Amino acid sequence: MEQQQTCSSEEIAEADAKLAKVQLAIEQFKMIKGALIPVLHEVQDIYGYLPEQVLKVVATELNLPLSEIYGVASFYHFFSFTPKGENVIHVCMGTACYIKGAQAVLDRLSTELKVPVQGTTEDNKFTLEATRCLGACGLAPVMTIGEKVHGRLIPNAVPKILNEYK
Amino acid sequence: MLNTINIMIDGIETKVAKGTTVLEAARDLDIHIPSLCYLKGVNHSSSCRVCVVEVGPRLIASCTLKAEEGMKIQTNTKKVREARKTSVELLLSDHDRECLSCSRSGGCELQTVSNDLNIRTVTYVGEKSSQEKDYTSPSIFRDASKCILCGRCVGACGTMQTVGAINFAKRGFDTVISTAFGRPLEESTCVNCGQCIMACPVGALTEHENINDVWNALENASKYVVVQTAPAVRVALGEEFGLPVGTRVTGKMVAALRKLGFDKVFDTNFGADLTIMEEGTELISRITSGQNLPLMTSCCPGWVKFMEHNFPDRLDNLSTCKSPHEMEGAMVKSYFAKKMGIDPKNIVVVSIMPCTAKKFEGSREELSNESMQDVDWVLTTRELAAMIKEAGIDFVNLKGETFDSPIGEGSGAAVIFGATGGVAEAALRTVFEITSGKDLETIEYTAVRGMDGIKENVIELPNGQKIRTAVVHGLGNARKLMEAMERGEKAYEFIEVMACVGGCITGGGQPIVDARTSERIDIKAERAKAIYTEDEAQTVRKSHKNPYITALYEEFLGTPNSHLAHELLHTHYVKRSKF
Amino acid sequence: MKLLTDLDAIRALTQGRLDNRKITGEPTGSIQFRSVMVCGGTGCTSSDSNKIIAALEKEVLNHGIQDKVEVVRTGCFGLCELGPVVIVYPEGIFYSCVEVKDIPNLVEQHLLNGKPYEKKIYEKTKQGGEILNFEETDFYKKQVRIALHNCGVIDPEVIDEYIASDGYKALGKVLMTMSRQEVIDTMKQSGLRGRGGGGFNTGLKWEFASKQEKDQKYVICNADEGDPGAFMDRSILEGNPHSVIEAMAIAGYAIGSNQGFIYLRAEYPIAVQRFVKALDQAREYGLLGDNVLGTGFKFNIDVRLGAGAFVCGEETALMHSIEGHRGMPTPKPPFPAVEGLWGQPTIINNVETLANVAQIILNGAQWYASIGTEKSKGTKVFALGGKVVNTGLVEVPMGITLREVIFEIGGGIPDGKKFKAVQTGGPSGGCLTEEHLDCTIDFDTLTSLGSMMGSGGMIIMDEDTCMVDVARFYLDFTKDESCGKCTPCRIGTKRLLEMLDKITEGKGTIDDLEKLENLSFQIKNASLCALGQTAPNPVLSTIKYFRQEYMSHIVDKKCKAGVCKSLISYEIDADLCRGCSLCARKCPSDAITGELKEPYVIDTVACIKCGVCFDVCKFKAVVIV
Repeated sequence: MEQQQTCSSEEIAEADAKLAKVQLAIEQFKMIKGALIPVLHEVQDIYGYLPEQVLKVVATELNLPLSEIYGVASFYHFFSFTPKGENVIHVCMGTACYIKGAQAVLDRLSTELKVPVQGTTEDNKFTLEATRCLGACGLAPVMTIGEKVHGRLIPNAVPKILNEYK
Repeated sequence: MLNTINIMIDGIETKVAKGTTVLEAARDLDIHIPSLCYLKGVNHSSSCRVCVVEVGPRLIASCTLKAEEGMKIQTNTKKVREARKTSVELLLSDHDRECLSCSRSGGCELQTVSNDLNIRTVTYVGEKSSQEKDYTSPSIFRDASKCILCGRCVGACGTMQTVGAINFAKRGFDTVISTAFGRPLEESTCVNCGQCIMACPVGALTEHENINDVWNALENASKYVVVQTAPAVRVALGEEFGLPVGTRVTGKMVAALRKLGFDKVFDTNFGADLTIMEEGTELISRITSGQNLPLMTSCCPGWVKFMEHNFPDRLDNLSTCKSPHEMEGAMVKSYFAKKMGIDPKNIVVVSIMPCTAKKFEGSREELSNESMQDVDWVLTTRELAAMIKEAGIDFVNLKGETFDSPIGEGSGAAVIFGATGGVAEAALRTVFEITSGKDLETIEYTAVRGMDGIKENVIELPNGQKIRTAVVHGLGNARKLMEAMERGEKAYEFIEVMACVGGCITGGGQPIVDARTSERIDIKAERAKAIYTEDEAQTVRKSHKNPYITALYEEFLGTPNSHLAHELLHTHYVKRSKF
Repeated sequence: MKLLTDLDAIRALTQGRLDNRKITGEPTGSIQFRSVMVCGGTGCTSSDSNKIIAALEKEVLNHGIQDKVEVVRTGCFGLCELGPVVIVYPEGIFYSCVEVKDIPNLVEQHLLNGKPYEKKIYEKTKQGGEILNFEETDFYKKQVRIALHNCGVIDPEVIDEYIASDGYKALGKVLMTMSRQEVIDTMKQSGLRGRGGGGFNTGLKWEFASKQEKDQKYVICNADEGDPGAFMDRSILEGNPHSVIEAMAIAGYAIGSNQGFIYLRAEYPIAVQRFVKALDQAREYGLLGDNVLGTGFKFNIDVRLGAGAFVCGEETALMHSIEGHRGMPTPKPPFPAVEGLWGQPTIINNVETLANVAQIILNGAQWYASIGTEKSKGTKVFALGGKVVNTGLVEVPMGITLREVIFEIGGGIPDGKKFKAVQTGGPSGGCLTEEHLDCTIDFDTLTSLGSMMGSGGMIIMDEDTCMVDVARFYLDFTKDESCGKCTPCRIGTKRLLEMLDKITEGKGTIDDLEKLENLSFQIKNASLCALGQTAPNPVLSTIKYFRQEYMSHIVDKKCKAGVCKSLISYEIDADLCRGCSLCARKCPSDAITGELKEPYVIDTVACIKCGVCFDVCKFKAVVIV
């Protein structure tokens, strides 16, 4: 799967810069107790997910078994081991949203995008996720696409909203 | 502060020491509380909820509940029984209940608890969680469909052994015991010690079985099948046939192996004596040259792989000696083959070992000669018992027989290889006499015996040289020692390491003892006692005094560490990833 | 570093600003000053309140009235339903659903010419020709804001404003004039109980930790709000972060701890950002650090982000998470107050609990204890959501009835639908019915009815809500959030969910109902932590109060609310259908056929019940039967 690809010098520089950021984060947290989860947050911030190679660096630096890091990271739903699509859609499945029809909105998104929940579209444009309460219950049902919040949704509004991102 | 605490269990008043758990207190009163996830010293997670008891209005797991003054506990109420039953039923609803064909059938703790709780139906049925089976490791087979997520293996691998090859991953119903990123076990840092198997209450972890490979070899008329048995096997095999822990069954074992059809039944003790000759010589020469000290023993393949993963920069400290059964395999396929006029290609060497890591060791490329593995198949003590049962041999009533010559003869020094401190003691017996040229008066080095995690001893040789020796067992202790040395806090000339706590007698291939029995009986101590009794029963108790060893050097190898000896009896190691 | 006297100076300097934000009617004096408060909570920020602030500032500048107007980004006003919300003082005019395009008119009419901008004035404040101030509306009238005090009044990012509203006065009082035991006694006497779910007496908790003779102790603020449908902690952190910092320092003093941690939900970016900023300010002022207010008291707070695990609301799981492990609970005893974070005595309080602390210290235990009921003192914040007119945050005195909250403050059920149930306590709570509407809201009453206070989610359901589906929804949540450690919760919640799935799919049997109940009881009894022990509550309470609805799913194979897909079918009402063909074109399974301008027909065999036809039909011709 991991085919050797020729990387441009920019890509290499970018990869190095990201790794340098990880190193910096590790340095920052290394001395505190319970450093692992703060470091994982930083890695996910930097890469958008938790790449295995980077976790090996974390394991070495924090002197933890990789199985433990995997165990911790896979416990928390905030962390992901796979890269996401360009636009991550979080449909709030909090109670208020659910009662007001979030399931229908989620189903419609799934139909429109032709991906199951947790899936990423073939063109890598969208990742569809159901998420814990976003705390915007006043706008129920709610979803976020990237940073943008879309509230008071009805299934019929879905195609139009998606078009904004295509 | 009170040091004794008064509590009442099922109406019985009792005094217990501070810190005693309710489970322990109850067992002292012969009140049986069933348990599953609890394994003393290894796993105290109170997760299975089978050992719940009623304290006030609440049900609390007794395995982690410390007794408190005035506590009133009920262990047998309707509420307690129903809760226990439900938890076990739920476990059964997510368990591959192919019990009749399970290797743990009859010895399964889930089966026992389920029977004890009188469970006759599984009320709640539904989807089962992970069904994954991992056959990749040459030593250990994992079957997630039988896993009950008690965490005992994780405690053994992570806390006890500090290997950390497996851990809990994911969560909720999706929780699994997993290597990092769910990779095959073979690709993990697993050292194959098999302590996870010993901890597992069910059939989720077993050895990678090779019984049929051995049956096939025995069936094949063109093959000359030689078997050898490690010292720890003979003090444990009897348990599989209902004999008390610590029973020595050497003679019966030899007889059974003959009945199974092996052409020769050899004793790995011969290989152990040979190891002492080679390793002792290596120790003397390293002390003389001052290079690559301390010398670390290499008999234990779990320890070797642990070093390769975790301390790859210290591999030069490992003795280059192959382990005893590998040496013996090499001798069978060279010295013995020549002597008997058999083409070594037609010889199949089978090792019966208390160990699962020996299976992996047997498959190492470094341990072959002219594309022949020194050892072809490794079976655990459990697998041998299974073969004996399959063959319909009435083991308990067998008449004792003796090993075949010449490779069947070993010294008392070789026998004690099976217990922690044994290799060091055997080596010291020989090294002292060789360097001094005198016979030892007392040959027991009791300082290296016993079950302390790290044992230290200093031997002064007649020439004034000191050998500072450390003996460790359990990889957790080994890691501590290695780290202390890295920090410069400790220095030695000679270190013996056995990966399993207690040494080979509690290896991952030995008869599995359930959690309840292991609380009542100190298994390590009983088996070790048998080992030392066997040593005392031997007339020859020092490796260099084994006449067959002397003959081997005279007829074939020349001197210890000779060129030929190096070619056949020594090996090298590979650096492995920390992950 | 600031001393107490410095804080007084800041108060004197900043007080005037806060005085402007009071309802006093028409502005008076020569300047005619107005304060424009724009909600900067998550809800209103989601509907672009930041752009509104920018537009306001721009328009104010354009008109050159910057000396007569202040624009303040505040915390949440509570009435999220109507966001973005803007309030103008001193009249107390409440503008709702404000859009950027409204701003020029709003500024010109109201701020420049003193005439409220009619178009966006909240309907409920218009009475006859009069415009009420917002505090006179039903939504606000019955509220008593203690925990939410300052939310919507101060700029949460300006520490001086917090100080001006008596902020850090309680900390000063505690450090200068009170012994540790006096602080604990005050808390105990106030009767404050934990707002996070358990309802344990806060002062007692502190006392246990205080009595431990250990050098290192910890104060943890649980801000990993996980109850789906509750967001009061987020609002407090966004609107009044210093109240939490101050309370943690007070708690630190009381128990003898110099280190606090706040475990904050990573999914709350605004709260994280505001809290971190507040921490920086507090450190800069020496309100945290090695010598707090020059008294020699040392206290620091570190932030740890949660990572999406509801179970971390459980104290022991939360501590393991801070320690860097999987958030799996361990048995109690030992209790955290004895053996907590890294084995040291630790108290864990949630955000709303802490938000009461400074008020109690300042106003006295008697004052606090005078509010509420005998055993449940003070106020409680509820997040009203679901099928209710005024969704949002409300803070009410304990002892108020469900009816008052739902129908008076909440404005009842929208669209003329009928009230069916109210769910309190989130996934750990239960559903109550019409017969309970006059019950009082307090810890013990709710528990006795089979629900619980929990963290304060209050979800209203109407006749279109299927109660079996609601139970299934909650179990789906708890099954997902179970840590997987103990057997009853890990496998039991899965089995409950499977049975509920079966029932909602029309495959349930009477037997299943009994099994559901039995298994629920066993999970409650035998689970290791509160998550498992309360997970079956939604099942048990819905079976208890809505057994008939279960029966109709099981026996009649009907879902009267029309929610359970397997038990409904879609049909086209030929009288209403205009034959526009839209449904047929949108149907993903080609199950709809017909001729243009003639009624269309759904093939119920081919129909996958996705509901698209129902959604798209403009004539309401698609009906659920």
